[in-house]
Amino acid sequence: MRLRYSEITTETLYLSRRELLAGAGAAALAVATGAGDAGAATAPPALAPLKATPNPAYRVADAPTKMDAATTYNNFYEFGTNKDDPARLAASLKPRPWHVKVDGLCAKPTTFDIEEIVKIAPLEERIYALRCVEAWSMVIPWIGYSLAALLKKVEPTGQAKYVEFTTLKDPEQFPGQKGGFFGGSLDWPYTEGLRLDEAMHPLTLLTVGMYGTVLPNQNGAPIRVVIPWKYGFKSAKSIVRIRLTDTEPPTAWNKAAPGEYGFYSNVNPAVDHPRWSQGTERRIGEFRRRQTLPFNGYADQVASLYSGMDLKKNF
Amino acid sequence: MSSGARLGLKVFVWLVGLAPLAALAYWFWTDDLTANPIEFVTRTLGDWALRLLLASLAMTPLRLLFGLSWPLTLRRLLGLFAFAYVVLHFGVWIVLDHFFDWRTMGGDIAKRPWITVGVAALALLTPLAATSTTGMIKRMGAVAWRRLHRLAYVAAVLGCLHYIWLAKKVLMAPKVYAAVLGLLLAIRAWDAARRYLRRRAAGRPLVVGSRG
Repeated sequence: MRLRYSEITTETLYLSRRELLAGAGAAALAVATGAGDAGAATAPPALAPLKATPNPAYRVADAPTKMDAATTYNNFYEFGTNKDDPARLAASLKPRPWHVKVDGLCAKPTTFDIEEIVKIAPLEERIYALRCVEAWSMVIPWIGYSLAALLKKVEPTGQAKYVEFTTLKDPEQFPGQKGGFFGGSLDWPYTEGLRLDEAMHPLTLLTVGMYGTVLPNQNGAPIRVVIPWKYGFKSAKSIVRIRLTDTEPPTAWNKAAPGEYGFYSNVNPAVDHPRWSQGTERRIGEFRRRQTLPFNGYADQVASLYSGMDLKKNF
Repeated sequence: MSSGARLGLKVFVWLVGLAPLAALAYWFWTDDLTANPIEFVTRTLGDWALRLLLASLAMTPLRLLFGLSWPLTLRRLLGLFAFAYVVLHFGVWIVLDHFFDWRTMGGDIAKRPWITVGVAALALLTPLAATSTTGMIKRMGAVAWRRLHRLAYVAAVLGCLHYIWLAKKVLMAPKVYAAVLGLLLAIRAWDAARRYLRRRAAGRPLVVGSRG
């Protein structure tokens, strides 16, 4: 059985009554609390549909999360630290024109236009589980292809051991990067990283769409990565640079709180966050918590990448 | 201040105290409690518990700084509203978040300092709510009653710690609440020092707890 988009969502749902009310609710709360800029709510622009071939090999059994949940409740600190900030403030990001510089330890460093990147390999739809480090989770139909296809294009050299992703830094487009009265939140630009073998793993998805459309701005338009066996913050959004390197790249959350967010950050119910258990998660749309699975359910595909490693130490 | 104005102020505090609950009920009705309703409701109730607790603790400093007497008439009402929000916050955690999973919750209280101090704050506020009636003030005697009710400051310190420890370090809001509490405590410390010096200058011994 294959789920059609119509069962997941419809495009009209994107502008549904519920969402308009949610915007009004957020504004009302902002007034009630005397915080935030209440007038900033804007209707999201219509998203261009994006054709992709479903890949049944990468499809979790659980039903996908509603699109309006996945596009209105997420962390993207470039827009702000609240869960509704990305959707509320998304209009300031300009996802076209867009270039991604792929360089570092490779034979053919290249700056790609976004229109070129989407043509490097056939676009696939993959339904992945997403586990946030904050113990909530979603199931999302992403569109893209394995990052390996792009990396092979630039021919990594033998010295390349890691890959660093850099998110756009532009406070005009990302209001969260401006830094408020009390100072900024993270060190901008946001950087993330993977070991080269993790980056080359077929599960690591270079992502340009979700739910049958191009990526909404609030979900990391126009291009991001999705690494489904790691906590969500590892999956860098709105990427402008991918750099091959021989040393472990510094990563944004690890710099902000090294004791809480490790370089690996594989989903692991046996290793608690210092402040909460990672043993269970709340699937968005469900009432009761469910058990968190090792490597977010992808252990059979990725556990071998870490054989012999102490996953408590390399959290 | 006229009794009419006092009544008006109390009505205003009632409205402020009930507005967040009304908003949550409305958003429940319109299905607008975000994609993660339990987290949103827990956080909203916690925010208002802390805001109302700090508001109740701001009343005495307002009197000390500006010589106003009317804020004191609102202190008890604000404190009781704060307690109600703490209880609701805790109730949502037990019922909706963990669904009576006592083992997990017990483990969290023992293991996670931010939950430990949160529960401790609730424990400290409970006797204050129980002794909030005018009859209890008379029965306990004003001095003992005031001394007991200074626990509200301890509960507020624990409440701020709870928020600071649970939130990501890069967030500002928990630090803002802690700064407000620090200011309120500093005003009281300044007043205590001022009274102590005045008494010493007058050659009289310090009487502990003679004033609120």
